[in-house]
Amino acid sequence: MKTIKVSVVTPDGPVYESDVEMVSTKAQSGELGILPGHIPMVAPLQIGSVRLKNGGKTEYVAVSGGLLEVRPDQVSILAQSAEVSDSIDVERALRAKERAEERLREQQRAHVDFKRAEMALQRAINRISVSEKR
Amino acid sequence: MASLRDIKSRITSTKKTSQITKAMQMVSAAKMNRAEMNAKAFVPYMTKIQEVTASIAQGSKGVQNPLLTSRPVKKTGYVVISSDRGLAGAYNSNVLRQLFNTIKSRHKSNDEFAIIAIGRVGRDFFKKRNMPVVLDIIGVPDQPSFAEIKDIASKTVGMFADETFDELYLYYSHYVSAIQQDVTEKKLLPLTDIQSEGKLTSYEFEPSAEEILDVLLPQYAESLIYGALLDSKASEHAARMTAMKNATDNANDLISNLSLVYNRARQAAITQEITEIVGGAAALE
Repeated sequence: MKTIKVSVVTPDGPVYESDVEMVSTKAQSGELGILPGHIPMVAPLQIGSVRLKNGGKTEYVAVSGGLLEVRPDQVSILAQSAEVSDSIDVERALRAKERAEERLREQQRAHVDFKRAEMALQRAINRISVSEKR
Repeated sequence: MASLRDIKSRITSTKKTSQITKAMQMVSAAKMNRAEMNAKAFVPYMTKIQEVTASIAQGSKGVQNPLLTSRPVKKTGYVVISSDRGLAGAYNSNVLRQLFNTIKSRHKSNDEFAIIAIGRVGRDFFKKRNMPVVLDIIGVPDQPSFAEIKDIASKTVGMFADETFDELYLYYSHYVSAIQQDVTEKKLLPLTDIQSEGKLTSYEFEPSAEEILDVLLPQYAESLIYGALLDSKASEHAARMTAMKNATDNANDLISNLSLVYNRARQAAITQEITEIVGGAAALE
C-alpha cells in the first residue's frame, strides 16, 4: 500500500518521523483523515490524539493543539507539545489533571485563568487517554 | 620585597583559584555543547512554521490579523534576555548597555515603553534604574524546554494583541561561534517581513485562512522568543567559557611570574647565607 511521510515536530525537537498509510486526527472543524495523495492543506488541530496507521498497526501521538500541514510528499504536524503514547508521563498528567480541577473549582467562570485551567485539564485528560492506548 | 612565605601563600591561593575557574570553564563547555544541540533540535520546527506562515501570509493577500498590522506607536515593548548569574564576561553588559542606550535615544518618558526581562541580571539592571519592568522570569534552566517559557511568551504576545504595546522588540546575544556572540535587535511584532527559503505552496485552508492565522501567528511569535532564548543560552555558556578560560590563563601567568620572583628570592637568600658563612669563617682565621 502507498505510504506518506509524517513528521511531528515541537520546539523541543522532532517527536515522531515515519512513513504511514493513513493519518487521522481531530481538526478544529472536525475529524480528518489523510491518505497519500491528499491535496496541500493546512488546518488547526484540537487538543487530541493523532492516529498513525501502518500495516495493521496503529500508533498514537498526543498533541496539544497546533497545526497540520499536508504537502504532496509529506504531512507535518507542528505542535507546541506532543508525545508518542509510550513516552507519556502518566503520573505527571494525573497530577496536572488534579491541579487543573482544583483551579476550576476555585475560579470564576469569566476569569482568564479559568480558560487556562480548562485547557490544562483538556491536555491532561488527552495525555491520559492516549497513554491508555499504548 | 615580600618574604618567601608571603610569595608562597600567594602562589597557592592563585593555584586554587585557577583550579576553580578551570572547572567552571569545563562545565560551561559541556553546557554550551548541550545548548547548541538544543538550538539545533529547534531548527526543524522553526523552518517549518516559517514556511507555513510565509505561504499563508503571502499566498493570501488581504488577510487581516492584529499581529500583522502596524499601528501608530504609542508604547513600545522590549524583551531582553540575560542570564541569572554573572561571571560571563561582557555577555550581560553588552546586551543591557545596547538596550539602555536605544531606550535613552528613542524615548523621553517612562510611559512610552516597558521592559519584559528574561533573566535576573537584566531585571535588576532596569529595576535599579527605575525603568518599568512589566513581566519578568528568572530561574530559567540551562536547558530550557518550551513549556517553561510558554507562559511568559504567550503573555508577551497577548500584550501586543490587546494593544498594551504597539510594537515589540527582542534583544539578545546571537551565538555566532564559541568566541563570538553578537547583540541582536529583532523586531518581533507586528510581523512585517516573514520570509522563507523554501518554495511557497498554495494550500487549501480548513476552515479559512483567517482562522488558521489566528492559531499560527501567536505560535510563530512565541517560537521566535523561544528561539532567541535558546540562542542566547548558547551565547551565555560560550561567553562564560571564554571568560573562565581567560581567568585561568591569567592565573597561570600570575603563577609563573610569582614562581620566578619566589625562586629569585630563594636564591638571594641562599647566596646571602653562603656569604655570611664564608664571611664568618674568614673572620675566624
